Amino acid sequence: MPDAAGCWGPEPGADAVVKAAWGALAGVMDPEIPVLSIVDLGIVRAVSADADGRLSVALTPTYSGCPATNVIVLEAETALARARLDARVSVVIAPPWTTDWISDAGRDKLAEVGIVPPPHSGKRALTAPDEVIACPRCGSEDTRQISRFGSTACKALHACNACLEPFDVFKCH
Amino acid sequence: MSTDLKEALFGYTLRLGDTSLVLGHRLSEWCGHAPELEEDIALTNVALDLVGHARMLLTYAGELEGKGRDEDRLAYRRDVFDYRNHLLAEQPNRDFGHTIVRQFLHDAWAVELYGRLCASTDETLAGIAAKAVKEVRYHVRHSGDWLVRLGDGTDISHAKVADALGRLWPYTGEMFERDEAEQALVAAGIVPDPAELKAAWTARVEAVLEDATLDRPADGWMQKGGRRGEHSEHLGYLLAEMQFLPRAYPDATW
Repeated sequence: MPDAAGCWGPEPGADAVVKAAWGALAGVMDPEIPVLSIVDLGIVRAVSADADGRLSVALTPTYSGCPATNVIVLEAETALARARLDARVSVVIAPPWTTDWISDAGRDKLAEVGIVPPPHSGKRALTAPDEVIACPRCGSEDTRQISRFGSTACKALHACNACLEPFDVFKCH
Repeated sequence: MSTDLKEALFGYTLRLGDTSLVLGHRLSEWCGHAPELEEDIALTNVALDLVGHARMLLTYAGELEGKGRDEDRLAYRRDVFDYRNHLLAEQPNRDFGHTIVRQFLHDAWAVELYGRLCASTDETLAGIAAKAVKEVRYHVRHSGDWLVRLGDGTDISHAKVADALGRLWPYTGEMFERDEAEQALVAAGIVPDPAELKAAWTARVEAVLEDATLDRPADGWMQKGGRRGEHSEHLGYLLAEMQFLPRAYPDATW
């Protein structure tokens, strides 16, 4: 989970190279939702350094079949190399990624571009399946789901009955 | 893990990986052909998830086997007789209703299976299952919703899915077959008992069929052979398309 302030990052007192790696990774954008960095998305699972300062970075895919995973690994490696960091990037699948790991900053960025951020899973358990999703453009709560599968694996397509605009909703996962 | 158990787990993981890959490929054939855009996207989204599961499962199968075969080697360099997928998965696409029935019968099995595999004593398999179960929950809702909509829809849509159900039902027995090797895996707490799985699957399927106003077909003759590499003629055509590139240009990179 993100920390109390809703952020991901190095532990206080982490090595300088670990901090530098988090900084570099914060500049890697998700190729399909380019307003979010991979740190915002919560897919940077661990950054550690060995005694020689060599870094290990663990990333996790959002969905098993997400076609962006390979590109993200490549871009993370490129960003770390540009920052002159000696790092090995690996992909871990357990524990599975959840939308609860999207940082608060990431949620705000999604909302700004008209993508409804995912509900927190705890909250969803209380309200699903008839959860009210407000239109990100006009705020109307009179909306409907068009398709559970949207433009990317992680989003569903909804539409507003008031202003008629279709919009994306980040699925709770 | 003993050598026998490891070999049994290799077989199990390979069957699961092959079933995901073949069904994923079948769904990908709908790309550009589904009855509406949203459904085109939905079917191919599900296809991507299934291919993703296949990648994890085949990678693990290759590690268990220990002969240096990776996911690509297993997917692209085996012929029909070495494939271990369920016959249900390779059944060719007919109409959309047929695809939904095939998918629902599979999804109802997958969601019950992965839910139980999360508690596997094999850590890697449990990790893959924990990832997959979140996705197959979406799949089964999607295919189940459509089955109700079509079954409880017009006379034509009802007739089409009823026909598909009759055609595909004989392929469902294979999902619950077991042999000695699998029995050992059950005893070791690595995989769930197929009998328990069948009870859960049956309850889930019957509930949706009732909503869909469809009669559950009687359990008659069940088709078998997938787990021994005995397939219908359809799988060869599917592999010919899927494997064309790596067979024509072995070890190509770009």
